[in-house]
Amino acid sequence: MPASNGGASPRRAGSDSRDSRGLAPPEGDTTAGGAEPIPTTAPAPIKAVPVRHPGRWVAIAVLAVLAAMLVNTILTNDGFRWDVVGKYLFSPPVLNGLKNTLLLTVLSMLIGIVGGIALAIMRLSPNPVLSYVAGLYIWLFRGTPLIAQLLFWNFLAALYPRLSLGIPFGPEFVSFDTNQLINQFTACLLGLGLNEAAYMAEIVRGGLQSVDHGQSEAAGALGMSRGQTLRRIVLPQAMRVIVPPTGNETISMLKTTSLVVVIGYFELMTSVQRIYSVNFQTIPLLIVAALWYLALTSILSIGQGFVERRYGRGVHQGPTGARLLPRRKTAGAK
Amino acid sequence: MTDNGHGRPMVEAVGIHKSFGHVEVLRGVDLTVLPGEVACVIGPSGSGKSTFLRCINHLESIDSGTMTVDGELIGYRRRGDKLYELRESEVARQRRDIGMVFQRFNLFPHKTAIENVMEAPCTVRRTNKKQARESARDLLDRVGLGNRCDNYPSQLSGGQQQRVAIARALAMEPRLMLFDEPTSALDPELVGEVLDVMRGLARDGMTMVVVTHEMGFAREVADSLVFMDEGKIVEAGTPREVLANPKHERTQAFLSKVL
Repeated sequence: MPASNGGASPRRAGSDSRDSRGLAPPEGDTTAGGAEPIPTTAPAPIKAVPVRHPGRWVAIAVLAVLAAMLVNTILTNDGFRWDVVGKYLFSPPVLNGLKNTLLLTVLSMLIGIVGGIALAIMRLSPNPVLSYVAGLYIWLFRGTPLIAQLLFWNFLAALYPRLSLGIPFGPEFVSFDTNQLINQFTACLLGLGLNEAAYMAEIVRGGLQSVDHGQSEAAGALGMSRGQTLRRIVLPQAMRVIVPPTGNETISMLKTTSLVVVIGYFELMTSVQRIYSVNFQTIPLLIVAALWYLALTSILSIGQGFVERRYGRGVHQGPTGARLLPRRKTAGAK
Repeated sequence: MTDNGHGRPMVEAVGIHKSFGHVEVLRGVDLTVLPGEVACVIGPSGSGKSTFLRCINHLESIDSGTMTVDGELIGYRRRGDKLYELRESEVARQRRDIGMVFQRFNLFPHKTAIENVMEAPCTVRRTNKKQARESARDLLDRVGLGNRCDNYPSQLSGGQQQRVAIARALAMEPRLMLFDEPTSALDPELVGEVLDVMRGLARDGMTMVVVTHEMGFAREVADSLVFMDEGKIVEAGTPREVLANPKHERTQAFLSKVL
């Protein structure tokens, strides 16, 4: 590959590459007002010996050797038992566990996000009582172990055998047996969801506070109410800051759901453990679980990308096409 | 000065005081702006002129004095001789009739130019989308940006952004427009296009209170000129009087630096 001796000049030649390079991306030209006439004769490109990067080649060589070793061991070490992996990857107990992992992740994240938004709004409220209560909630739920919270919800009946709806200190209308109302699944959701809400609250608060105060002032000056300003102006802009850490939380939740084993519920990890505790194929079954987790994480990452693009409107389309890492441009210019 | 109508002043500020903590920013400001009048407020930075402007639409609350816009007390309701603070929704209703243009534009970056202009009519007045879009297009045409409707603010120059911001304020059909140093954040060559739009507004009879450093604009467009320093109005009069023949020495000192 002749990349070292003049990688820049042959790629620069030719009129089409000059067009795409231009002075600014096409949007920039249109916003700048008068479109600059593109010169008919291209100026001669700079001919210079590019900077050599011997370190890169060494790094590539080292990594190539390591990768070859990895592939080799995966293919030749019989301990991996890929036949066992294949046998269990789509087996009913694994798929059943997978279903529970998904269900718990989606529902507890839903509780977490809705609860987190509510808590963040309370935390930022001018009402000191609301703000304090939200702060107390966040302190309590972030400050105690999730395992303890899961166990607490599961054994709530020990504390309150019956739960009822009614007037406080007055008559009751309906009353339920706590153990029937809060089964294992509900206890899982309460534990995971309410804990997640505390973390989401801080993420949402950070997002809301990242929006310039001038935005709510402008909305207020137009006669929009506080609620309208929040819904239409502040929250959509905060989403840009909120989405990436929320993606983190979701991916983390995917694996945190395995904690439900402490109250005797099961999901992907538990299912896999049950199988290898019987057949002692520990490594192959861990690979089964890992493959599913990786697959789900990949899907979530792609989904996160879509959501980020949705809320990045108006940000990535600057006149200079300003992005943090203009990858194509540096590759061409250097 | 053109007094078109009922004769009551559009803005009537009496003895406005305002402190931030221990710092007294406004120390008894009185100002009357008649309908159709353009009042320019000049003064050194820190003189309280922006704070005063923000008191007119209750973005800042006042500590004492009374602020009236078109005969309506701003931020409070008087019943008998008692004052009641207005609820948030009532303040919002008062603000609908007062347009404001900020130094830093404060356009909504996640909305296109036309969506910025449509936002308030749609959410506040519940105008239907189609109608709001039509009038937004007219407004953008009026500020010379009819061909920039679908651009995001980040794709517009500072001058274009500020013109969108003016169109956005006009979309609520305000009776009064407040301008808070509308050209201070602009590159020098973009100042003219914004002042042109404001000149047009003044010609159409809009009542305007303009905090500005553009002495040329003040001289040409303003009906009255107010010089503020240290939270007080030091001198007021027609621009000709104040700019050409300042009586107070602080005005003289300030003008000698900026003119």
